[in-house]
Amino acid sequence: MNFFSTAPAARRSPEGQPPASAIWQALALWLAPLAFLIIFFFVPLGSILSVSARGLITDGLSPAAVERLWRALGFTFYQAALSTLLTVLVGLPGAYVFARFDFPAKRLLRLLSTLPFILPTVVVAAAFNALIGPRGWFNLLAMEWLNLPAPPFNLLNSLAAILLAHVFYNTTIILRVVGSAWEQLDPRLEAAARVLGASPWRAFREVTLPLLRPSLLAAALLVFLFDFTSFGVILLLGGARYATLEVEIYIQALHLLNLPLAGLLSLVQLLCTLLLTVVYTRVASRLNIPLTPRLHGEGAAAPVSLRQKLLVGGVVLVLFTLLVLPLTALAARSVARLEPARGQRGGFESGLTLDYYRELFVNRRGSLFYVPPIEAARNSLLYAGLTVGISLALGLPAAAALSRRSPLNRLLDPLLMLPLGASAVTLGLGFILTFNRPPLEARSFPLLIPIAHSLVAFPFVVRTLTPVLNSIPLNLRQAAAVLGASPLRVWLEVDLPILARAALVAAIFSFTISLGEFGATSFLARPEYPTLPVAIFRFISQPGGLNYGQALAMSTLLLLVCGLGIALLERVRLPEERSL
Amino acid sequence: MLTVENIHKHYEGKPLLRGVSFEVGAGETVCLLGASGSGKSTLLRIIAGLEEAESGRVLWEGHDLRGVPVHERRFGLMFQDYALFPHRSVAQNVAFGLRMQNLPPAQIEQRVQEVLRRVNLNQFADRRVTDLSGGEQQRVALARALAPRPRLLMLDEPLGALDRALREELGQFLREVLHESGVPAIYVTHDQEEAFMIADRLILLHEGRVAQDGSPSRVVQQPASVWVARFLGLTNLLPGRVVNRQPLTVQTEIGVFCPVDCAEPPALNEAVTLLIRPGGLAGASADEQFNNFTGEVRDVIFRGEGYRLTLASGGHNLSFHVPQALPAGWQGRLAVQPEALWCLRQGEHNGDD
Repeated sequence: MNFFSTAPAARRSPEGQPPASAIWQALALWLAPLAFLIIFFFVPLGSILSVSARGLITDGLSPAAVERLWRALGFTFYQAALSTLLTVLVGLPGAYVFARFDFPAKRLLRLLSTLPFILPTVVVAAAFNALIGPRGWFNLLAMEWLNLPAPPFNLLNSLAAILLAHVFYNTTIILRVVGSAWEQLDPRLEAAARVLGASPWRAFREVTLPLLRPSLLAAALLVFLFDFTSFGVILLLGGARYATLEVEIYIQALHLLNLPLAGLLSLVQLLCTLLLTVVYTRVASRLNIPLTPRLHGEGAAAPVSLRQKLLVGGVVLVLFTLLVLPLTALAARSVARLEPARGQRGGFESGLTLDYYRELFVNRRGSLFYVPPIEAARNSLLYAGLTVGISLALGLPAAAALSRRSPLNRLLDPLLMLPLGASAVTLGLGFILTFNRPPLEARSFPLLIPIAHSLVAFPFVVRTLTPVLNSIPLNLRQAAAVLGASPLRVWLEVDLPILARAALVAAIFSFTISLGEFGATSFLARPEYPTLPVAIFRFISQPGGLNYGQALAMSTLLLLVCGLGIALLERVRLPEERSL
Repeated sequence: MLTVENIHKHYEGKPLLRGVSFEVGAGETVCLLGASGSGKSTLLRIIAGLEEAESGRVLWEGHDLRGVPVHERRFGLMFQDYALFPHRSVAQNVAFGLRMQNLPPAQIEQRVQEVLRRVNLNQFADRRVTDLSGGEQQRVALARALAPRPRLLMLDEPLGALDRALREELGQFLREVLHESGVPAIYVTHDQEEAFMIADRLILLHEGRVAQDGSPSRVVQQPASVWVARFLGLTNLLPGRVVNRQPLTVQTEIGVFCPVDCAEPPALNEAVTLLIRPGGLAGASADEQFNNFTGEVRDVIFRGEGYRLTLASGGHNLSFHVPQALPAGWQGRLAVQPEALWCLRQGEHNGDD
């Protein structure tokens, strides 16, 4: 029996139980992904559980620890709520403008808004540092113009910096989710309300808003979830005073070596994210129920009145500033020599330089690593390549299994998505606790890093491949078969070309995820095997213009690679994604 | 009551409305009739205030409505596809406009009941609008538009989404409700049968202008242009020349016709188009000086009450409604009643088709 020939029949039999052989086939497909998840996700999770439980039993919880826990939890919720609110406030007008208007920069802006999806947190943190940090453009320009001896703005290490970065990251989600719902909404409904005597605001409140509510709620919850689990941004931009759960786990585990407390924090964090995920899935599933079939309403039109023009112009300006300014600031700052001249007040050495890039190839004595920083780039690429290999090798069978009708799916599908709920920091902690004992030492086993990255990338890979596998219509295969294609030819000529693009998209996703992954890597990377994000973090945390410049140079390199990824993704867009 | 003056509007760079003017009087139902894409819906949106005209004015009882926002115009608009609020029940949809007027809840309740009863939907008050059939949705839309007692009601292809049998029934119903309520109405459609059924007055839109404005019977009897004639399905159009002004005599390729009626008398030798109304065939005839032609029966179609004959004559196809059929292939001379003749002046006749 041929694997390919039975697949379609087993997949699309709308009624009746799938044959027993189909279940065995599904199990065979599940085997590798499940084994991987158990060894590298559930066992580490178990270690965290047992370590924190043992710690609690033997030592109990000190009042100080309890206070830290509450403070971290409280701040995590607080900053996430605030970030979400701000993101919605920025994103909602954007969603409206995207849904209802045509304007010249629309395509470009849409493309730009995909950037945050793929940009590593350290790059974003470095970008905001280059903009508002003590050595960033704002401060340097102010010092130059106002002839000041010291940076006038202290925006770094503040809540504002965290919020700003979160808004940068998540506005896209509001734009996409709410924007596409808004696009689906017949503009005549609002017009009908207006004709019936509702003022513009009342029509929005009574008609548009209620109809957008499910998508708005889903998007806001997703944003909240991302803000809740944010790690790199807070560590790099917030500084020591602002510890979220994630940061507290990191500090407890790596700096204070209080593993039981770190474990406990991880569990609290996991519980919260799971709860949020459950709520999100319930809200999101309601999105799928169409309220009315789409009526052929008027599509987007160019802004006409002055008010519309101002609104569109304003939104475009804000979004461009938000998305482009930090990134340009980063790239420009990485090639700019802007140092206060020694011993002179307000004087500046300025000019273009490639010194920061050149310096990446030099292994300085007393440098932060034992290797030239460029080695970090090499390591990152190597890990990213391995991550692509591992996540695709596991994701393909899992997606194939999911796209079949099998009673196992209901059970296993949510299981696959669990790693999404666990934060990367928790993963890193779990790996340390599990594999950092004889005969294995976590930090001397470099393969653990791509494995951790694969765990993070895995759900994305599966989520990319499964719908594509499902979308291949059975009649396409039947048509090919009737036209004389053998089962193997059918797979080669129909399935493969469609799947190949999806696999490429998944590969780009996991590649960029691995390149930018910081949470787990910060636990696992040894000083002689740094990755780019780890190196950026170390360099940017150190004093000295050269370190700062090198951090920005590395961030710019990472930015370029991710930009390349976006461009590639845009090229091989899947048909399903076009609606986004 | 409503005066529309010289409205101009472009759509996607092309002129859509090029100087439309008309009036709607008290209690009058006016049908805007035109091909799809002729700007009928846009005109309604401009009157409602949802869109702005590039030039021209909309006046209500002499007051220019420029600057009066949509929600303060107190006009009703029934959208094509109805645009019912999917998140509200039937009663809530109908109550919407009343709530916007900040009426007390008890009064709203009472008015909603009243209007729903009028459209025979009082059993449906608590239903979701998404659970209703097309015809029911249409009646909800009508109730919602009527409930706030608008000064003017506009209906945009209200029967467009329904199937044939339902259109007949609901068209009749609409006609009753409109006349009963006494609210002046503008009714947009591309279907002339529908327009004849509803309208006190027809306004035909063509190429962004009013092609004709008049009662249905007058428009059909005396179309103002070749386009109007064609649009109304009057296809017996023959190019001709005025050979005598008093009585008006028109010479065509198939014969000479006299006396011909017309709106404004053409000049001698002017090129005109002669319309022979489809009911105007008088039967076989001898070779007289006027009002007959030789033809061959090309096609006979049974139409329930009589037949439709298609005749070929001098390279033209003419079709007539007749009570008795002639056999296909029949050739001979046929007479035309002079009352069926109508002369169209402007020389925009562009060949036969």
